Amino acid sequence: MRKLLMAAALGLALGAGMVEARTVRWSASGDPNTMDPHSQNLGTVTMVLQQIYDPLIQRTQDLGLAPGLATRWEQVEPNRWRFWLREGVKFHEGQDFTAEDVVFSITRAQAPTSNYGIFVDTIDRAVQAEPFVVDVITRVPDPILPNKIASVFIMSRAWSEQHNATRPQNTRAREEMHTVRATNGTGAFRLQTREPDVRTILVRNNDWWGWQEPASREGNVTEIIYRPISSDATRIAALLSGEIDFVLDPPLQDLNRLRAAQGIRVLEGPEVRTIFLAMDVHRDELLYSDVRGRNPLRDLRVRQALYQAIDIQAIHRTTMRGQSVVTGTFFPPQVNGYVQEEDVRLPYDQARARALLAEAGYPNGFGITLDCPNNRYINDEQICQAIVAMWARVGVRAQLNAMPLNLFFPKIQRDDSSIYLLGWGVPTLDALYSFQSLLRSRDGGQGNGIWNYGRYSNPRMDQLIDIMVNQSGEARNNAIREALRIYREDVPHIPLHHQMIPWAMRSNFQIPHMANNQPYFRWARMN
Amino acid sequence: MFAFIVSRILQALPVLLSVALISFAMFAYVGDPVAIMLGQDYTQAQRDALVAELGLDRPFWVQFATFIGNAAQGEFGLSYRLSRPVADLIAERAPATLELAFTAAVLALLVGVPMGVYTGLYRNSWLSRFFLTFSLIGVSLPTFLIGILLILVFAVWLGWLPSFGRGDTVRLGAWTTGFLTVSGLKALVLPAITLGLFQLTLIMRLVRAEMLEVLRADYIKFARARGLPNRAVHFGHALKNTLVPVITIVGLQLGAIIAFAIVTETVFQWPGMGLLFIQSVGAADIPVMSAYLLLISLVFVTINLIVDLLYYAVDPRLRIGRGKGGH
Amino acid sequence: MAETLRRFFDSDLWFSFTRSPVTVLSAIVAAICILGAVFAPWIAPHNPFDLASLNLIDAFKPPAWTEEGARDYVLGTDDQGRDVLSAIMYGARVSLLVGISATVFATLLGVSLGLLAGYVGGAIDSLLMRICDIQLTFPSILVALLVDGVVRAVLPREVHADIALFVVIFAIGISEWPKFARTVRGSTLVERNKEYVQAARVIGVPKARIMVSHVLPNVIGPVLVVATLNLGLAILSEATLSFLGVGVPPTQPSLGTLIRIGNDFLFSGEWWITIFPGVALIAMVLSVNLLGDWLRDALNPKLR
Repeated sequence: MRKLLMAAALGLALGAGMVEARTVRWSASGDPNTMDPHSQNLGTVTMVLQQIYDPLIQRTQDLGLAPGLATRWEQVEPNRWRFWLREGVKFHEGQDFTAEDVVFSITRAQAPTSNYGIFVDTIDRAVQAEPFVVDVITRVPDPILPNKIASVFIMSRAWSEQHNATRPQNTRAREEMHTVRATNGTGAFRLQTREPDVRTILVRNNDWWGWQEPASREGNVTEIIYRPISSDATRIAALLSGEIDFVLDPPLQDLNRLRAAQGIRVLEGPEVRTIFLAMDVHRDELLYSDVRGRNPLRDLRVRQALYQAIDIQAIHRTTMRGQSVVTGTFFPPQVNGYVQEEDVRLPYDQARARALLAEAGYPNGFGITLDCPNNRYINDEQICQAIVAMWARVGVRAQLNAMPLNLFFPKIQRDDSSIYLLGWGVPTLDALYSFQSLLRSRDGGQGNGIWNYGRYSNPRMDQLIDIMVNQSGEARNNAIREALRIYREDVPHIPLHHQMIPWAMRSNFQIPHMANNQPYFRWARMN
Repeated sequence: MFAFIVSRILQALPVLLSVALISFAMFAYVGDPVAIMLGQDYTQAQRDALVAELGLDRPFWVQFATFIGNAAQGEFGLSYRLSRPVADLIAERAPATLELAFTAAVLALLVGVPMGVYTGLYRNSWLSRFFLTFSLIGVSLPTFLIGILLILVFAVWLGWLPSFGRGDTVRLGAWTTGFLTVSGLKALVLPAITLGLFQLTLIMRLVRAEMLEVLRADYIKFARARGLPNRAVHFGHALKNTLVPVITIVGLQLGAIIAFAIVTETVFQWPGMGLLFIQSVGAADIPVMSAYLLLISLVFVTINLIVDLLYYAVDPRLRIGRGKGGH
Repeated sequence: MAETLRRFFDSDLWFSFTRSPVTVLSAIVAAICILGAVFAPWIAPHNPFDLASLNLIDAFKPPAWTEEGARDYVLGTDDQGRDVLSAIMYGARVSLLVGISATVFATLLGVSLGLLAGYVGGAIDSLLMRICDIQLTFPSILVALLVDGVVRAVLPREVHADIALFVVIFAIGISEWPKFARTVRGSTLVERNKEYVQAARVIGVPKARIMVSHVLPNVIGPVLVVATLNLGLAILSEATLSFLGVGVPPTQPSLGTLIRIGNDFLFSGEWWITIFPGVALIAMVLSVNLLGDWLRDALNPKLR
């Protein structure tokens, strides 16, 4: 009885200071496949985990950097970044946040089982300098380290050790790992219920340090219920009938209907992701083509012809329903290094395309297989279908090979494709990330050409990319500018568009639209 | 009786083993689980290490033997996709599928049997003709179309019923049930109709056909001749005698319901085993798929066994030998 | 030939056919479906497979009788600018091809094995019937999914794409044969003990010959009924597989594939992309089922 009374009193006391209960029910097509903060670098995982875990540096609403668990940071030496940590922060299970946790988390992200290696690739080690100061020592000077560290979540060392989770989720382990379904962050929400594929429930962490920040002071959400619904039609039906409040990825074909619907609001904005075709410009003979003894794609004129045969405006209007930003380059304006003058497409011109093909020795076109994912990017398969039809009109007989992403990515990663559709997002918001992964010759250097499956190689381009790695200021900007011009002239890719990401919600729910396609519920309001 | 059961179980074992072999062989080489687990960035060395540790480089038969040994202990390893024990995943989702299948079966019986009896007795009434036409449409409409149309009408246009999921569930020990909440019951309506419709029409047509056969039988004519009232003839004699094949078919159809649940659960995003299976196929989640197929065949073999035993109990002629051809 | 025709028109079968308006109607619908499908390359208004003729400008055109419809596209166009009517005709061709081939395959397999089981008896009979029993406990759609999956797993992706159609036919056929085997075996058991067969055996006619020339013609009636009823089922199985995305390849879309593609557009107002293929599928299956029902009743005088 005494216990009960105490509980009641406690409830009253808590209730007085608490915000009124506001529940948001939201949905997207996929479910996070783990709750481990360093195991899977996937948007579907991050969209839940970033509510629970804080990084040292946070993103602002326009993707700038803002203090997170670090209150400030500075490149004290070329190879050393220093972070001053926030004091008095507690993890959800009560542990105090310390410098040890930061060192531990960065080291954990470097482990072989981590999928976050690209964000800590230049880091040699992290060390504690003072009780609330951590130094990150890099192997080479890394001017964009803060951009990368903003993607590394901080865990409690004591908690991880207690639960045998000092390495990111080890898929090889026979036993289930604690971090797969349990979390202990410092963030605005804590995990309450986790049923994979069914629902994930988060509740507000009233002790979060950030509630007093201006941006989140208005946030009033106390409970977040996430339910994955993979069928487009069902997801939209659920939003319209009021079963859910917010859909992160409404299908494009439903946007008009959603805009017209009572009580539904659609937020639109660009995503930092560019869709393009990449191709094998390396082999002497293509793997999937009817041309024998030579590789038509090594001929610049053929690449230009394929480029100019594509009516990108028609794809923009019809396939993407206006929800794309047509581009002539391979990263969007939000990315550091973007140059407006270099974002120019070769004009759509079928006659010219035919002439170029004839000039290159293919007056009757040629046959080729286009590899395409069918569940990765917005309307990916439909884009490929449209392109195949457009090429058919200039005589190029393309065969479409559309497949789910778990077959598509391994295939292109084996260099087993002649031409393929890829979408490239830039989480660091810096051009180097794109140049280095997509266009640098593969020479074994860390991160060099790891997504350059067409094996494009241009010595000048490599030089410029090395300048981007090692230098800063005007020299770096000039290198990026020149590299962008080479990209236009060389046509290593056929750029298509930047993705737009519409979000749909019931009109009593408000959340700022983010170009990284991540909903931050700390900034959300439910009325 | 005991010997009969034992021989049936012995006959079932090779079936299960071959299904195990098929399901293992089928999925051993589909997709690329390693790439899924590694994500987008990895080196060849990381890849090789993972392949070796997962045992994917061992000979086929060794992998298969390991698989059987583990399966016998209910151990199917970790899901590649969700990194959780497959047994847990299936246990979590089984209640959803079983409740849906049960509701659909009850619905099919409660509506199908009376409709069958009616159409059997009053062959030429307009209502019978309507039922028969309706049943033909039920057989001709694919499950997925029925589901889509029901969602369109009842969830989108009328907004009466939810279009996805199970609604709120109540936890009773290891079981979660949707039967105890209003939203759970509402969520059950459309999927249950979708799933039960085909079985309903099947049961109706079966009961009708059996009634027609039985009503022509000599003992019915005899009963009529004795002056028994219609009611007694129809329900005391005729219906009773149609029940054996109906029980059999309903038993067998329980398996079909669970199989068709794959389609229904996909359309309604019902968080059951069928949806888990389809999602696993998309992600080449071998352990889950193997476990599901083994489980399903176990269910079918068990149902078959029970139906056999029921036959045995109901029809004394079978105790001499099952020489008679199938129904 | 003329004699056969005359006998057909004088027969009970023809008489009962003309007496049932529903049957006549379904025969007409079935005939339209079949003719439209078979002659699609010659009578379809467009060729949806000729990529060079597609234009994205024409995408999402509603049916001709609506305000924004174009006369050129009677039932509208889909997301790539393909004519829906033509796509249905070509799609029905694939659906029918798979349905009929699968049924023929199942019939051949089932009839041969059923004859064998019924006539030879003994261990072969027990074994075959046991396999039938086991397989019949599994719903045919699950068997088809399984078989399709096995073949998909065994074949490399590139090879599979070329023969996917045959894989589906094989998978559906395999899933349906036991019904035929059961039916034929039952009838064979009856025929086997009839005097003419006994007589043939006594005078030393070889077993195989007795089976083919004496027993077979007498069991063909029930087989025809089962086959007709099964055709509708086979078409539905194919549609379901294609709807789940594991059926015929998207380069040769069947009605099921068209419905799957169109389903994404159902709620967004472009209903014609999925509804018309759906209606075509239902019309086809319903008419075939009705014909099958009639055939069964007509051949089984007990029920009349």
